[in-house]
Amino acid sequence: MRLQVQQVNVTIGGTPILRDVSLDAAPGEFVGLIGPNGSGKSTLLRTIYRSVRPATGVVRLGEDDVWSVPARTAARQTAAVLQNSPTPPGLTVREVAALGRTPHHGMFDRENAEDRAIVSSALERTGMLPYADRVYGSLSGGERQRVLLARALAQQPRLLVLDEPTNHLDIRARFELLELVHDIGVTTLAVLHDLDLAARSCDRLVVLDHGEVVAAGPVLAALSPEVLAGVFGVTAVTERHDDGIVRVTYGARPLARAG
Amino acid sequence: MTTTTRRPRGLRSVPPARRDQPPAPDAARPAPLHAVPLPVALVALGALLLVMVVVAAAFGSVSVSVADSWRIVWGHLTGQTAALDPAMDQIIWNFRLPRVLLAALCGAGLAVAGVVLQALVNNPLADPFILGVSAGGSVGAVIVMALGAGALGGLGVSAAAFLGAMVAVTLVFLLGQQSGRLNPIRLVLAGVVVSYVFTSITSFLQLQAEPNNMRQIMFWLLGSVSGAHWEQLRVAGVVVVAATVLLTCYGRQLNALVTGDESATALGIDVRRLRLVLIVLTSLVAGVLIAVAGGIGFVGLMVPHLVRLSFGVDHRRLLPLAALVGAVYLVAVDLLSRTVDPPNELPLNVLTALFGAPFFVWLMRRDRSLSHS
Repeated sequence: MRLQVQQVNVTIGGTPILRDVSLDAAPGEFVGLIGPNGSGKSTLLRTIYRSVRPATGVVRLGEDDVWSVPARTAARQTAAVLQNSPTPPGLTVREVAALGRTPHHGMFDRENAEDRAIVSSALERTGMLPYADRVYGSLSGGERQRVLLARALAQQPRLLVLDEPTNHLDIRARFELLELVHDIGVTTLAVLHDLDLAARSCDRLVVLDHGEVVAAGPVLAALSPEVLAGVFGVTAVTERHDDGIVRVTYGARPLARAG
Repeated sequence: MTTTTRRPRGLRSVPPARRDQPPAPDAARPAPLHAVPLPVALVALGALLLVMVVVAAAFGSVSVSVADSWRIVWGHLTGQTAALDPAMDQIIWNFRLPRVLLAALCGAGLAVAGVVLQALVNNPLADPFILGVSAGGSVGAVIVMALGAGALGGLGVSAAAFLGAMVAVTLVFLLGQQSGRLNPIRLVLAGVVVSYVFTSITSFLQLQAEPNNMRQIMFWLLGSVSGAHWEQLRVAGVVVVAATVLLTCYGRQLNALVTGDESATALGIDVRRLRLVLIVLTSLVAGVLIAVAGGIGFVGLMVPHLVRLSFGVDHRRLLPLAALVGAVYLVAVDLLSRTVDPPNELPLNVLTALFGAPFFVWLMRRDRSLSHS
């Protein structure tokens, strides 16, 4: 489903965090949100999954303004995989994934066969079905992220929001996870720290700096050497290689001169 | 907005690397009784509770056989009391049973409140009294016991304890907010501070008390279900049962809450409202129980962990099971407290930990899921 963020402003404790931020993700698109630490990436995601209400501006998913529908309705449309979520280690993999059914039920509803089928299929799609009866705490970092992704899929969302989903994963697990997200095919907005990974995985990139969008568009256009130097402070080039993959190559002396 | 052509794939769709996938190691297995269906566990624990209640009612200064105890309980349950020995009926039905049932209610309510508060403040050390209920209740009760019924406008010990508990929780609640949000760490710290202040007031009042009031105060502070009567049970029973049922309905939301505020929000939960509802319900339970039985410790801290370690951490199972396990546990403790040193009775707190801690330590040591974070 199409995500439109229109002129969103967020101020926390008198400090502006986001200034007139707009972005757009077409149905099925994988949009990467990049920027240095403290540029407002996570806050922007929070305005989308309804944790921080924008002071002004609109977040629209399809036709709906996500802030004018009930929280549960919004959560049936948007699923988030967040950093540092303290999932209890004693929950089984299936129980964690089943949490994704939360917005689909009221207080007195019980889980039914359909829910169980949806949860199983989410685990299947993330390759975690053989692990269904293990406890979450016994899994590796990559496996945990897959389970959290399965939880998000069990929400049956129209939009996936991912906050640094590849953090702390080993290199193979990073590729696996992004591949998986791509295969899911749901509109995705992901905060990614690794620029090379972002460049090769995303359809489009949005670059945030000090709460403002400074570049947006196709990967090669958004990650220009000027943006890499000015926003990220590194000397690097982004090129499409002969195998068709866009890669970021850092310079011999990667630290761009300050200023 | 222009969309680029679909980027060529650098990675082919390969199955995730399950490098020689090993069988599930021990550490990966869920709690030992995780697979037991909830209805089966509830029926089994319910039956155990019934047996415990009947057995506990049979013990005391006048010994009654367990069979007679059962006959009397059954007679009352079925409305056929005519054939019962009036003296025994009086002992069992009017004196012992209220006490045993109050113990059961206290165990159930404290365990449920413990489960919820541990989730609410995301802290395994939380117990039903973490928000100052116990310290506040003690001040109320001790004021009346030390200074006489006139001190609080004629309120009895129970009513004063309830009032004190609610004053303390309200204070903690107000101090625990941060720009309109309830912050778990602030809540815990506020609870600790308020508890210290109220405890100093209690200590001061104790020193002012007449020596012959001291024993009564000591006994109250250490928790006791002696002197229970049916009227008390009605209020405590309604509050504990209703709160347990209602909180179990919040089970799914509690499961989401323990994955963190942000994550729960993304699952469509109004975290702020949920915390408020949970605080009100648990404070009500803890306050009512403090009022009728004093500060019974350890149960509300240990039983939740015990049930988690045995049955798993899903709150929809955890809450009703914790209620039953708590009830069974406290009935057993109360039975011990009146039988280890007859005819003297020990306050419950002397035994709750002494009896439960070794078992808990054993369970904790054999569980692997505690070792990984």
